[in-house]
Amino acid sequence: MSTPDTRETAGPGVETSAITAAALALGDDALVLSHRLGEWAGSAPVLEEEVALANIALDLLGQARILLSLVGDEDELAYLREERSFRNAQLVEQPNGDFAHTIARQLYFSTYQHLLYGQLAAGDGPFAGLAAKAVKEVAYHQDHAEHWTLRLGDGTPESHDRMQRACDTLWRYTGELFQPVDGLDLDHTAMESAWLDSVTAVLTKATLTVPTGPRTGAWAAGAGRQGLHTESFGRMLAEMQHLHRSHPGATW
Amino acid sequence: MTAVTAGTTGTTGAPGVSDTAVAATQAAYEAVFDAAVAADERIEPRDWMPEAYRASLVRQIAQHAHSEIIGMQPEANWITRAPSLRRKAILMAKVQDEAGHGLYLYSAAETLGTSRDELLDKLHSGRQKYSSIFNYPTLTWADVGAIGWLVDGAAITNQVPLCRCSYGPYARAMVRVCKEESFHQRQGYEALLALSNGTEAQHAMAQDAVDRWWWPSLMMFGPPDDESTHTAQAMAWKIKRHTNDELRQRFVDIAVPQAEALGLTLPDPDLRWNEERGHYDFGPIDWTEFWDVLKGNGPCNDQRLSRRRQAHEDGAWVREAAAAYAEKHTGKHGEAQA
Ligand SMILES: [Fe+2]
Ligand SMILES: [Fe+2]
Repeated sequence: MSTPDTRETAGPGVETSAITAAALALGDDALVLSHRLGEWAGSAPVLEEEVALANIALDLLGQARILLSLVGDEDELAYLREERSFRNAQLVEQPNGDFAHTIARQLYFSTYQHLLYGQLAAGDGPFAGLAAKAVKEVAYHQDHAEHWTLRLGDGTPESHDRMQRACDTLWRYTGELFQPVDGLDLDHTAMESAWLDSVTAVLTKATLTVPTGPRTGAWAAGAGRQGLHTESFGRMLAEMQHLHRSHPGATW
Repeated sequence: MTAVTAGTTGTTGAPGVSDTAVAATQAAYEAVFDAAVAADERIEPRDWMPEAYRASLVRQIAQHAHSEIIGMQPEANWITRAPSLRRKAILMAKVQDEAGHGLYLYSAAETLGTSRDELLDKLHSGRQKYSSIFNYPTLTWADVGAIGWLVDGAAITNQVPLCRCSYGPYARAMVRVCKEESFHQRQGYEALLALSNGTEAQHAMAQDAVDRWWWPSLMMFGPPDDESTHTAQAMAWKIKRHTNDELRQRFVDIAVPQAEALGLTLPDPDLRWNEERGHYDFGPIDWTEFWDVLKGNGPCNDQRLSRRRQAHEDGAWVREAAAAYAEKHTGKHGEAQA
């Protein structure tokens, strides 16, 4: 159904809150990764990458704005929530590091997001329309990340080492992407195995070793989707929210 | 213009050709070039052109390209702190556009036989300049608005006539650039308007930014005509169409009513309409500051250049990787290596 009738299915408010949870998870992923990519402006390794990284950041910001607006005021949600209320996966909040880390993060995330939006676009849920548009954008993000993974992995010994280190470091944040999210009726197991196949193929072609470490943290309390984030995220939010919060009620 | 193409440059004679013959050929080439310029035809990369014309274009286009990429820094300074998602998207897109302008311009310079690497090297070593305006800091969010309104506004005033520049690739790059610059100018104006009509603190922030950016924006047009070393020749070659002072006046005439509409004042007590001239009179510009900033003593000269160099150095391994990968994989397909 295209407009969910909450009463018929799960009782008043229940489905709405599930949709809210899903929109926040997807929206926060896009918002936070867009912000991190925006930090590159003026520092990219080549001019073409200034354009490419900004392109991806802008696509993600566009997605975030649509998703957050589904459940409230986009600026209130972005600027006035505390760290513990953000529902993004920890992967997207990881600091940019060197260009290899940025690319590894993008490869892992875009591969996931492409599968996710592909599934959502094929369904008839509340995100189908957004997903149908976004899946095309994300196909480009994934392609961009794959090309750079090949160049860095199969480039020079230095770039190979850097890319391997980045893939290894970020590996432990990838399991969280496939934890079920309330309001998203998806085949997470199928998505996860498709993700593993895709990432394995790219890394192998790039002469990189598929990391073997754990794909989730040991802390049973959970991760980003439960509002538990890594330490650098608080500083990121402090910077992002400072000006908005300094002028309560102002419009910009 | 296609009558005379490069390849036979006209500057070196074949063995056995007398000096007089070479000089005669040179004069013929020059006559064709001069006639093309006089007839407002476009000079294209394969056309013969005087070396001084080429050098002057390279200098100007390089400085312009460098300004686009250094100019990303002061505004990128606010991307991560933009106060609303809408403003953040607009700002990101603007900074991205400036990178794109850099790309068009470095490409235009390449048509004159200079590579982007060569030009970046000259920027990094301080042998080529960028617009001094970017040596001022962006201290508050309102500076983003003031830059869009005033700095992009001044850039448009400078660049619209360049769309008719005698050198084809530069003129065409300018057409694309100007379209985007006018969007930048509008978003800056609109951002300032929101601040000016906002809270008291926002209004004050907007006024403060305009107070700081007004005079440096007027300096963007370069030194007064009687002190400008390049203007006369650039105008004769139709690289430039108006003098610095003409363009500055045009900008002031446009900006004053806009400031009034914004509800902001401009920091010049001498600013008033002159009925006789049909222009706004404005007070004296502090050229000491201009030359001082130009020489490297501006508030951000060191910072901007070090940040640029740092990005370039940090990116070296990435560029090397891309080159190594391209070489390996072109090689595998048996294609010829350059
Ligand atoms: Fe520009
Ligand atoms: Fe601009």
